[in-house]
Order: sequence, then C-alpha cells, then structure tokens
Amino acid sequence: MGEPAGPDRPAGGLSAPEDELSSPEGQAAAGLGGDWQRLHPLSPLVRAGRGAIAIVFVLLLPLLSHQRGSLGNDLGHLGLLIVILVVGVISWLVTRWRVEGGVLRVESGLFRRTSERFPLSQIQAIDTVRPGLARIFGLAELRIRLAGGGRKAGRLAYLTSAEAETLRARLLALSHGMAEETPPAAEQALLTVPPGRLFASILLSSSGLVLELVIVVLLALAILAPGAAAAVISVGAIALIGFLVIPFRRFNGDYRLTVSDAPDGLHLRSGLVETSAETIPRGRIQAIRMIEPLAWKPFGWCRLEVDVATQKSKGRQDRNQSKAARALLPVGSREQAAFLVARVFPDLPEQRLAPPTRARWKSPLRFRLLSWGANERYAVTTSGRLQRATDWVPLSKVQSIRLLEGPLQRRLRLSSIHLDTAGRRVHAVLRDRDRTEAAALLAQLPEQCRQVAHEGCDGRPLRVDLALGEGHC
Amino acid sequence: MATVEELNDDALTWTAPSPRLRVLRRYEVLAGTLALMILAAGVSIALGASTVAAGAVVGLAIAGSIADVVAGRRVRAWSYAERAEDLLVRRGVMFRRTSVIPYGRMQYVEVTAGPFERGFGLATVQMHTAAAASDARIPGLAAAEAARLRDQLTSLGETHAMGL
Repeated sequence: MGEPAGPDRPAGGLSAPEDELSSPEGQAAAGLGGDWQRLHPLSPLVRAGRGAIAIVFVLLLPLLSHQRGSLGNDLGHLGLLIVILVVGVISWLVTRWRVEGGVLRVESGLFRRTSERFPLSQIQAIDTVRPGLARIFGLAELRIRLAGGGRKAGRLAYLTSAEAETLRARLLALSHGMAEETPPAAEQALLTVPPGRLFASILLSSSGLVLELVIVVLLALAILAPGAAAAVISVGAIALIGFLVIPFRRFNGDYRLTVSDAPDGLHLRSGLVETSAETIPRGRIQAIRMIEPLAWKPFGWCRLEVDVATQKSKGRQDRNQSKAARALLPVGSREQAAFLVARVFPDLPEQRLAPPTRARWKSPLRFRLLSWGANERYAVTTSGRLQRATDWVPLSKVQSIRLLEGPLQRRLRLSSIHLDTAGRRVHAVLRDRDRTEAAALLAQLPEQCRQVAHEGCDGRPLRVDLALGEGHC
Repeated sequence: MATVEELNDDALTWTAPSPRLRVLRRYEVLAGTLALMILAAGVSIALGASTVAAGAVVGLAIAGSIADVVAGRRVRAWSYAERAEDLLVRRGVMFRRTSVIPYGRMQYVEVTAGPFERGFGLATVQMHTAAAASDARIPGLAAAEAARLRDQLTSLGETHAMGL
C-alpha cells in the first residue's frame, strides 16, 4: 500500500486546487453547512395542504368510527393512506439543498431528478411565505427570486421559521458579497393599513357590496318566507360560499399590510392566516395605478397598485406572487398614497392638461376625468367613467408607443396615444388628445424615452434586460 | 427633435407590403364569396326557389366586390419605415394606428408564413417587445424582404440593446 504513493502524488496535486475551490464552501459550512441538507420532514404534508388533510381525514374516519364496513374496504383505505404516506416521505427524502461555491443548489425528484442552481450573486429578493398550515407547525417557505425574471423562483418549502429567517439573512448577505453574518439592512416602516379600515373598505368594494346585497335579500326572505330561504340556502350553499370567498381572500391577503422601505426595494408584509413578506425591487416597477372607487369617496380613500414586470408564468406559486405584488396600498388616504408614490417615483409631473372640449362627444362619461401630464422622466394619465384611475409610468420603462385614431375621433380631430410597458395590467393611455398635439407627442416621446433610459450611464453601455425590458448600466 | 411633419413627410421612406399581398387578399375574398354563393344557391335550388338563388348570387357578388375594395384599402394602408432608432408601422383604414417600436426594446423577431402566403412567396414579420400590447406586425412581405428585415432588425436590436 506504500508503493502507490508515487501515482498518488499527481492525484494529491489535483486535489489541492479542489481544496481551494471548496474552501469557500468550507467557510460556509460553519454557518450554512456546505453539506446537503433536507427540508423539514413535515414539508410534504404542508405542501399538499388542506387537500391532503381532507383526504387523510376522510380515509381515517371509517377506521375510527365503530360502524365498520367490510374488512376489505378498511384495508383498502389503510393501503391508500400508507401509499400517500410513503410518497410524502420519498418526496421529502429525495429533496435536498446546499450552498456551495456561491451557488444555492436544490435537487428534487425520484425518477425525474431536477437540479436547480441559483447563483447567489444574482439574487434580487428573497420572499418569506407562511401559509396557515405552515404557521401551525412553525414552518416557512423561502422564495428566491433572481434578477432576469425569465426564470422561475427558487422554492425552499419548508424550513422552520427560525431557520428560514437566518438562512434568508445569510443568503442576502452572501449575495451582496458581504460576510455571512452581516445583519440584513435596516428597513424603515412607512405605514400599516389598520384592519378596521381594510374591513370597511372591503365592505364598500364591489365584491363586498354584492355580498351584502345577497345577505340582505336572504334575511328579507328568511323573515317573509322562511321555507323558501331554507330552500335557497340548501340549494345555493356553494354559490353563497363563492360570494364569501373573494372578500375574505382580500381581507386575508391584505390584513395588516405594512409597507417599509429598504435598500433593495419596498418590503410588503401582510396576512391573517397566510402571512407573507415580499420585496418589490424598485427597478421592476413598471407603473403605479391609483384607483378611487365611488363608494370610498366619502372617506377620501384610494387604492394603490403597482405593476411589476413578469414573464407569463404558470402554476400556483407564481399566480399568488403576482397577485400579492399588485396592491401596494389596499386602502388608504390620498395623502398616504401620494407619500408612497413619491417614495417610488420621485419628482412626478405636477401639471396636467385636459383634453380639448370636443372630446366630450367621443367620451361623454370619461371626459370629466381625462387628463395627462409629463415631465422628463414620468408620464401621468387620469381616466375613468365613475371611479378615477390615475396611472404613472416612468418613461424609461416604455416599450413602445402607439397612436390610435378611430372614425369618430377622426371626425373630431382627436387621437389617443398608448404608452406600453412590460407590466401586465397598467399602461398609460393619453386618451382623446388634439390630433396635432398627439402627432407632436408621437414624434417627440420616443426620443425622450430613449434618453431617460440611457441616462445615468455616463457613457457606459446600457445593458437592457430584454426579459423585463428595463435598462441598467 | 423630430417635428410633426417629419412623421408624415417624404423624408421618411415608407415601404408598403408586396403588391402580391393585394392579389392574395383578392383570392381570399373570391374564395370566400364563391363558397357562400355555392352554398346559398345550392340551398335555394334544393328548396325549389331559383329566383332566390339568383338574387343571393347577385347579392353575394356585390358584397364580395365591396369586401374586395375594403381589403384593397386595408392593404394600401399598411406601411412601415425604418428610422435610425426605431421602426414605425402604420396600418388601418377605419381605426388608424401608428406604432413606434424602438430597436433597443425588441426581444425577438418572428417571421411566419402560412400555406397561402408561402404559395405567393410572402411572409409576415413581427417584432416582439416585453410589452404584450406592442403591435408591430407587417404582413405580406416578399420572402427576401422579410429575411432582410429580420436580419436588419436583429442586428439593430443587438446594437441598440447594448447602447452602442
């Protein structure tokens, strides 16, 4: 065994750089444990969510009750339970993650192994999500979002809450090239939505008003004709639950929403049953919309939504993510809204121009609320028939500009200009402007947008993230 | 700064789709009209009303020629111009649109050609940006022109994306 020492030497030589390579990993091992790690054993149960619990419950019920069916039936149920259990355990066993050489790796799957790599240097934000079931067990999910957007977010579901918090802080510190133990940057709380106000605002929202109408009708029916009411409730129970779901989801999702300002963007924390902590990087915000519903007018309330650049995504997690990203302020006073908007888009245009009076013939209901304004960096438009919607769009995010002219508009010498952004919901429309004004804008705005997108680079080349349509130096 | 006139001026060279697109559209209208004529005439004759059949054929012939005129105007309304920094696309008769798509915002260029378009040696070029609403489709380009435009747009897109 002593003789192979000679041949071993080159191997030793090779292993030396290997050691060097793994040395950062060695350092990380102190904190992040460079070895493969597993998620929390209860993860499959929480991930399967309510469905799994319901199935287990349904299957267990006949086993526990004394009115037993046939033995074979019971055995069948037991077998199914065991299969579900085994699948869960296997999925837990084959999923593992590690931080190695500045890359977070997540492997999963038994037959179709998937191995995902998330370079820490590209991390844009890490969100924490805790569904109700996870909170019962003290678990949390980490969603790692990379810059470049086109790729799907990395999921670590689930870790214990404490583990998730420390891991998040450490990953963020590493991603900024700092020591692993650096505490996360301080964030400044801007405002919290009081639950009472949220509740009142939902009661006065369109879905809330529908629900109230249904309840009033049912109550009236119950008083006048109890039999008919009972019949309606028994027949339409599922539909009635449907009326409840939307207002409840909004209340649940936006409960005690807290907006705070941090170096990496705006942090939103909210949730009653499922809590989430989300980061909206400033650079990703394509537009902000402020809506002032008619029913909220007596209270001077408004709602603020941000539109974030996202790829067309599939799957539950992304849908939730984009949904949560929308309401920056579910309900608040106009002062609060103005304060938040100023935080995101400083120096907004003050002056707004109304359309020519003849636009009244083209948009009789909208005319009162139509206006637009712009400065070097931002454009603002207002519109709406009953409720006013104000849209702010940074010119640096404008993807393309369109001029539209319908037959009625042509007769009235009017044109509309659309500023398209990568966001999904909001894009600014300069509706019913004078035709010469619109043509001048169409000639001038593309150049202005280009200049704003390139500025701040000081001659350095602008790199455009094509997936998101945003430029940075 | 560009002026209003510049957009509509001769200084910009507006290029129209290939004249073959007009022919293709005419055939499309003709095929549709003929199909409807045969159907209408067949049904009326089967029901034993030959005067109705003649009326339907005449009516459809008139409708078809109107549709042909409309299609011709729509083809003529379509044009595009390549500027230094962006592409302009103009279209529409009733609803007129002019789109400005900066090369730097372009994600990819798509060239498609359906079976009928291929038969006429035509192709459709479409530019895609990150915004779903961006509308930069140019139909009925001669295959060679479509390929040239695609290459041109791609190289311009790369140059401008890097801000050079």
